[in-house]
Amino acid sequence: MKRLISVLLLIFIALPAAAEVKIQEITSPGGITAWLVEDHSIPFTALDLRFRGGTSLDEPGKRGAVNLMTGLLEEGAGERDARAYATELESLAASFSFDSDPDAVSISARFLTENRDQVMALLHDTLHAPRFDADAVERVRGQVLSGLRSDAKDPNEIAGKTFRAMTYGDHPYGSAGEGTVESVTALTRADLVAAHRAVLARDRLYVGAVGDITPEALGALLDSLLGDLPATGAPMPDKAEVTFEGGVTVVPYATPQSVALFGQPGIDRHDPDFFAAYVLNTILGGGNFESRLMTEVREKRGLTYGVYSYLVPRDLASVYMGSVASANGRIGEAVEVIRAEWARLARDGVTRDELDKAKTYLTGAYPLRFDGNERIAGILVSMQMDDLPIDYVTTRNDKVNAVTLEDVNRVASELLKPDQLRFVVVGQPDGLESTTN
Amino acid sequence: MFKRFALTATLIGALSGAALAAPDSDAKEAVTTFALDNGMQVVVVEDHRAPVLQHMVWYKIGSADEPVGSSGVAHFLEHLMFKDTDTMKSGELSATVAANGGRDNAFTSYDYTAYFQRVAADRLGLMMKMEADRMTHLRLSGDDIATERDVILEERNMRTENNPRALFSEQMNAVQYLNHRYGVPVIGWKHEMEALDRDDALNFYHTYYAPNNAILVVSGDVTPEEVRTLAEKYYGVIPANPDLPPRLRAQEPPQVAARRLTYKDVRVAQPYVSRSYLAPERDPGAQDQAAALYLLSEILGGGQTSVLTDRLQFQNKLAVYSGAFYNGVSRDDTTFDLVVVPAAGVTLEQAEAALDDTLRAFLAEGVDPEQLDRIKLQLRAAQIYERDDVAGIANRYGRALAVGLTVEDVQDWPDLLQAVTAEDIMAAAREVLRPEASVTGWLMRDAQEVTQ
Repeated sequence: MKRLISVLLLIFIALPAAAEVKIQEITSPGGITAWLVEDHSIPFTALDLRFRGGTSLDEPGKRGAVNLMTGLLEEGAGERDARAYATELESLAASFSFDSDPDAVSISARFLTENRDQVMALLHDTLHAPRFDADAVERVRGQVLSGLRSDAKDPNEIAGKTFRAMTYGDHPYGSAGEGTVESVTALTRADLVAAHRAVLARDRLYVGAVGDITPEALGALLDSLLGDLPATGAPMPDKAEVTFEGGVTVVPYATPQSVALFGQPGIDRHDPDFFAAYVLNTILGGGNFESRLMTEVREKRGLTYGVYSYLVPRDLASVYMGSVASANGRIGEAVEVIRAEWARLARDGVTRDELDKAKTYLTGAYPLRFDGNERIAGILVSMQMDDLPIDYVTTRNDKVNAVTLEDVNRVASELLKPDQLRFVVVGQPDGLESTTN
Repeated sequence: MFKRFALTATLIGALSGAALAAPDSDAKEAVTTFALDNGMQVVVVEDHRAPVLQHMVWYKIGSADEPVGSSGVAHFLEHLMFKDTDTMKSGELSATVAANGGRDNAFTSYDYTAYFQRVAADRLGLMMKMEADRMTHLRLSGDDIATERDVILEERNMRTENNPRALFSEQMNAVQYLNHRYGVPVIGWKHEMEALDRDDALNFYHTYYAPNNAILVVSGDVTPEEVRTLAEKYYGVIPANPDLPPRLRAQEPPQVAARRLTYKDVRVAQPYVSRSYLAPERDPGAQDQAAALYLLSEILGGGQTSVLTDRLQFQNKLAVYSGAFYNGVSRDDTTFDLVVVPAAGVTLEQAEAALDDTLRAFLAEGVDPEQLDRIKLQLRAAQIYERDDVAGIANRYGRALAVGLTVEDVQDWPDLLQAVTAEDIMAAAREVLRPEASVTGWLMRDAQEVTQ
């Protein structure tokens, strides 16, 4: 009885929490759409721009061009070389961040209200007139190459590289967006200019803004900042074919603790069963301490510090993955336990109690995400990229709560494929050998 | 994502806020502090934008307080604090937090151990009830001990044994501290971790876990009155421990000889040079020199226009990365750290020589006043940005009080930073950046490895 009351109270509290986030859709006079949460309590704004396509838009043979281009946006623009650019940004007490991943190039800015126009003038030149000066290109290229050489000896990166290649083959998802030592070494300034032209276009742009700015001010800002970007960029890559063959791939590497990634086919973000799968994953290994994998692998057996599973619904393919790390002498047992849990869940499903607890956790934790302007700006662009409705924040917990025991257990039997579950293990694992099939 | 993390807390930058040059009253932190009758300190940071809060209890006890031979016991106990008490089953606290839609975790450092939950604002009483319970009623049945020891050993594997940079850093600390426990890793030496048992953990617990050795920090959608009422109900009833030992630690002698080390590992792809100097920390009522050292770290390695970056990356192109770090929130002598990652084809000798040339030139030429102005401007702006992150403000207070600083010290710090002059910075630099008081380390590829 006590638990039931707490559940009801929590739902009651979660809804106002979500409702606090009042999202407005605005369209600028020039036709640029953005989602905005106005909050004038602190005199600054967080602005998030995302360009769909990301590193997957690299031309054949030019792997790493989008990543290097993104890293060079803050290395000189317009009349400013790299040092003048950095000095100006510091003098404005603003911060920009630039990032690329397989689905998007992200540009985030945080700036005070008092000098917003100056910061936006700098950001405008950053987007429109990056210099790609020769010395800056060589400097940042050197940083990327250093990172790639380190990745080649990092067991986590080795596992990721192996897993990607096995899963996605020749598709851009099948290789690191940073490129290879060879491909990055060969990139020219012309490649960077082409990558810039391919990615930064209005037809793939998503905007989120949170903070001390009105819809009118944001509309004017967007037109001057983004209005003269090209209308269209490079065509989007095709969907990726995903192949999984169950078994184990061992990548021998001399290190005391083996690192494992595992995975199988996933589920699309817009699949009607996505929420059931999301709840299912929370129960299996979704990051909180009560998951079955944490209970069985860590709490009962002490085989690892952390074991997780996660749905990875990307634009061009969806997989279901997990990770674990155990000493070389114990990783075999960890793999065995994970495989057994995967099969048990597919076969027997979850209990009513597990479902109720997962729902309470997910619905209660949801408002905790909205903790600060920058976090919220990121959420706003992610929602738009996922093609979610603007009222999603207020309906999301209802969708979680609508998942029934029958839904979860049907999805468990349909989604979980123990026979396709593939482990990539990097290390010197006792008793594990690569299987061929 | 990480449960019960350790170690990195000393590297979390104390991003200092500052009063605005033309301060408006809104810019003040909404911070209230008071103490319970049993000596427990309380800090409340208000932010009413969303109905959520963070509840933390910091203990003024960390790995540097451990008995000789039991390294890692502070962190081991942190893990065991999630096990059974007289009234809660093992794992029940975290499960209850999750069932209430919250998240919980904990962390350990040299000087403190902290536990926290993030939950809906109306759950504060429940969080306090459970946290107060495990402050005094931890039971620890036998089965959990061996299993959880395996977990911390795997944690050490993940953080340290699998990572040559972490192993190198551990060696650097061990060489830097001849006499102080900061030279022993927070997570512990592996051979000592393997021997930790129930008695080690419970002795540490009974000695140090008490309200008069703890700080309660609540941030978010809550008022000081609500916190006081609930804190008196749940924590106020716990008696102070009259036998709490004083925090006595062996201190470092003055460093009179430069020290060097080389760590080689076949897993190293990118060698680098690391340099540390023993440096004074922030002390109650005496933070001026620490403020100068913080600004010195920003000037030398704090960003794209910093001295090291400008000279080593932009001018002579000898480095792919360089940085300078100073964390003054420490109970005892801390370090001032520099790192240079050489560019391809540049040797560690060349990188180290370039670092020393740069430091010599800086000591001769002094501070660029425009750079100092930019840094101070950014520190003032940081206070505005930080109001978006009350958990960050809460952490700043918790960390400072846990090492022995006062609320007043925390609140004075931004103004002290603004008051630092170029002369103060150069005086601090001359005192700290002395070759005979340095440790220089090279992280290298193992000689057997000849590729690249």
